Amino acid sequence: MTLLSVEGLTIDLPGRQPGLVEDVSFQVSEGRSTALIGESGCGKTLTSMSILGLLPAAVRVTAGSVWFDGVDLLTCTPRQLRRIRGGPVGMVFQEPMSSLNPTMTVGDQIAEARRLHLGERRGAALARARELLERVGIPNAARRIGAYPHEMSGGMQQRVMIAAAIACEPKLVIADEPTTALDVTIQAEILALLRDLQRDLDLAVLLVTHDLGVVADFCDEVVVMYAGHIAERTTVDRLFYDPGHPYSSALLAAVPQSGQARSRLTVIPGRVPSAGGFPAGCRFEPRCAHAVEHCREPQPDALLGEGHRTRCGRVASGDLTLKGAGRG
Amino acid sequence: MTTATLSSATRSSQRSRVIRNVLRRPSAATAAGFVAVLVLFAVFGPLISPHDPDAQDLGNRFAELSWSHLLGTDEFGRDVASRIIQASRIALVAPLISVGVALLIGLPFGLWAGLRRGVVDAVAGRLADTVLSLPAMVGALAILAVLGPGLVNAMVAIGIIFAPGLFRVVRGATLAVAEETFVHSAVAIGSPTRRTLWVHILPNIAAPLLVQVTILMGVALLAEASLSFIGLGVQPPDASWGSMLKAAYTNQFDAPYSVVPPGIAMVLTVLAFNTIGDAIRDAVGLRRGI
Repeated sequence: MTLLSVEGLTIDLPGRQPGLVEDVSFQVSEGRSTALIGESGCGKTLTSMSILGLLPAAVRVTAGSVWFDGVDLLTCTPRQLRRIRGGPVGMVFQEPMSSLNPTMTVGDQIAEARRLHLGERRGAALARARELLERVGIPNAARRIGAYPHEMSGGMQQRVMIAAAIACEPKLVIADEPTTALDVTIQAEILALLRDLQRDLDLAVLLVTHDLGVVADFCDEVVVMYAGHIAERTTVDRLFYDPGHPYSSALLAAVPQSGQARSRLTVIPGRVPSAGGFPAGCRFEPRCAHAVEHCREPQPDALLGEGHRTRCGRVASGDLTLKGAGRG
Repeated sequence: MTTATLSSATRSSQRSRVIRNVLRRPSAATAAGFVAVLVLFAVFGPLISPHDPDAQDLGNRFAELSWSHLLGTDEFGRDVASRIIQASRIALVAPLISVGVALLIGLPFGLWAGLRRGVVDAVAGRLADTVLSLPAMVGALAILAVLGPGLVNAMVAIGIIFAPGLFRVVRGATLAVAEETFVHSAVAIGSPTRRTLWVHILPNIAAPLLVQVTILMGVALLAEASLSFIGLGVQPPDASWGSMLKAAYTNQFDAPYSVVPPGIAMVLTVLAFNTIGDAIRDAVGLRRGI
């Protein structure tokens, strides 16, 4: 069952053309995890922020809809939106060190969601916060509940953030690069925790990341964004074995492989064009190794197979076959 | 239940740590002690003061310092020490009124403008510019002309004059804090704007706010003295350090030293407010830095 459905989402910075994010559509199913990947500046974070109406004041959603549980979140009143934020939809941010209020105990911050949404009293909410701290693997939870964020490590703070995000038993958790700011070993622990929670609580997860390793480990479906467009939408298996867009295969090729010491790191030449400087045709064309004359014309969104869409005309017409990387 | 008590215990220990940090500095401890004495004077003044501050003794005008009149007497033969003690009440209450009025106006608008920007910010900002462009005393006089003279009116007028400055400080600090991820995450948890402002942003701008408030306390005391000096603040027979200075000025040829007691009381009090403000700033900054 589809839980979250983003349809034709377009985000504009008023006065600039074209939009920062254009015509983005994807679904997140109940209990499944979907990855939103791409380089920095592709619009991943804007897309995820727009779902809960958390965009900066200067940018606007100008078209599209975000359906969650039968409600279009983009047309919600602020009050309706508040009921959804932290309730059925939880959110985890990139930097745990700055995501917690330094003047509040972690217990109160976890309890806050329950007090706001379920109207629990402070004592009951704190008791539940202690259970949540235990659930996310923080030892000595009864004592930690009165600790301030600065008394904890980054990994612990991220566990606290996750505890706060799941405090009201949400159906969907949006995690915006939840492991980027952490050590590699802690990253693995946090991902393992997220996976456990997802299984136990039947959570749907929308994971924003640029780490393909995380995607391979954690996700079922994947949305590849490039320069404000969706380049490709598919399952994780298809992405790794049979990518449908040159950008996806270039990303896969750029992942360093173990067992290939002293080999050259594959890179994608150039950088993501900024909004306003997007090419008229395929937006990836200037950096694409497979570009031909025809690519300078606008590329339609094409269906490759069941649940597999691409914006590459050459792949869609069978003109180009790309090499996958496997899940190495 | 146990967890609740546990966490409130931690919280209060956190607060007492700030207080300890403030009091550890000798200058701040002295200043706090001075203010404490002032508070005692203000509360128990009538019990402590050696004479009735309003009792006149026209046969004993401008008396020298003596054991019965520790600081001498004024032009009506009233005991100066008793009047200084009586005026300490005004010295504390008057700044509280001004700063209270300034907070009442500046704080909510500053928080709102800093978080939401937009129209409120633009309008309040221009309004603040307008008030700030007036010389403070002239503005206060204009407001007093409408409200009429008297201590409370004078302090309200000064509070209104202070409000734009406080608005600026609060807005600026809020602007910086509002960009922090924890504010976004509070919103993402469903916190309504009012709660975000009071629970998540206010404690995090407390340091600059406290410093500003303590400095304003000192400035308000001086402003009260100025307005009382020109007769628009405290009305006779009540004593304020400002009105006592005025009397001393009028009688400077009969009793040249009579400017000293109210002058020193005022200097020390303003100094104490500022010293405490600095210490709070350092203590809170110190705590944040760990």
